[in-house]
Amino acid sequence: MSEKSAAIRAEALESLLVEKGLLDAARIDDVLTLYNERVGPMNGAMLVAKAWRDAQFKQQLLADGTAAIAQFAFEGGQVDKLVVVENTAQVHNVVVCTLCSCYPWAVLGLPPKWYKDPAYRSRVVREPRAVLTDFGTHLPAEQEVRVWDSSAEVRYMVLPMQPKGWDALSEDELVNKITRDSMIGVEVLAERAGE
Amino acid sequence: MDGIHDLGGKQGFGHVELDASSKEGRHIHGFNERWHAAVFTIINSLFANGAAANTDHFRHSVERIDPINYLSDGYYGRWLGGAETMLVEAGLLTQDEVNNRVLNKGYKLETPVAARPLASPDVFPAEERNFQPTAQRPVAAPPRFSVGDKVIARSLGGLGHTRLPSYVRDIPGQVIAVHGAWVFPDANAHGKGEDPKHLYTVCYQGADLWGPSAEEGVVLNIDLFEPYLSDASKDWFERLTND
Repeated sequence: MSEKSAAIRAEALESLLVEKGLLDAARIDDVLTLYNERVGPMNGAMLVAKAWRDAQFKQQLLADGTAAIAQFAFEGGQVDKLVVVENTAQVHNVVVCTLCSCYPWAVLGLPPKWYKDPAYRSRVVREPRAVLTDFGTHLPAEQEVRVWDSSAEVRYMVLPMQPKGWDALSEDELVNKITRDSMIGVEVLAERAGE
Repeated sequence: MDGIHDLGGKQGFGHVELDASSKEGRHIHGFNERWHAAVFTIINSLFANGAAANTDHFRHSVERIDPINYLSDGYYGRWLGGAETMLVEAGLLTQDEVNNRVLNKGYKLETPVAARPLASPDVFPAEERNFQPTAQRPVAAPPRFSVGDKVIARSLGGLGHTRLPSYVRDIPGQVIAVHGAWVFPDANAHGKGEDPKHLYTVCYQGADLWGPSAEEGVVLNIDLFEPYLSDASKDWFERLTND
């Protein structure tokens, strides 16, 4: 098959299940609203911005991510245990799930297509530096690369380094600049051209 | 099972194809297509009506789809194959019904079909058809390993679900975190109870995994359950005979 054939088969299955009373079509709109509007990387970006501005929160987030985010009651699921790993000048972290596509939905939303595709899942454990260049990210040789394969129910999120020049920005301003990819660990934040 | 889903370290898949969000750095998120959300909702409904007993049961249904479809149908296409597998195995519909519906809508029937339902699927007791979102469980037994211990993971064999990918097997690693006991996917996926086991993060050196072709200064951290692990400070004969 292909994705197009899968779409056709999904349509067939949906109509069949609705007729059998096994699926309420209205729930599809609820799911769309939840993940399109309330669950997304803006939640993780808010955590990162807060960690950059509040040393005590940063310490809590790194020591026990699950407890540190409990106060925000994020929706979306998939974070029974959250471990936040910090990028530094010495260490760069990057996250994958080689066996399926485990991802911390509650803080980053639904994963991007590339995160679920075979190219990323197969290669990033074997040649992370080369894979990161696909994203335009070139790490210095002296920076250790730590790849985290999410093979159980622990979910990983990267705390990126704050770029020079962002010190004066407010948490709200930072949230719009902290990218999803920087929290997966495939991007090092910097001023983008034109900003 | 050593299926197509076990992609870690496989070569030949080429470059990562970036999405608009990766290219532009903006917060683009949510569903790209309505049918993706429909499949997502169908999966939720399976947990509600008991056709999917738990997350491990669902993940295994996806692993069991046709391997050609696994690589070509995309993420929600794979989920669809898993959903159809579980619906047929639960006796809630037949594949002929889905095939006929595809044809009735005026579409050609594509083959192979992803779903591969078993004639004699695993049986889940009613009390296990009770989706529990939190997978950590208290156990009386203390963890066998501590941070710093050298361990080696071996396949438990069999055709069932496992969360031990092939690329870390039979290679020495070191425990860097102990996470308490969690529902054991290898049992829970098959109606054999939650059987909680201690979970560890194990760290591997890139050169140990990939040999001289490994990139410099790379480590791989992965979460592994205690039954996969042996004490790597013993030699191979001691491990085989005493573990």
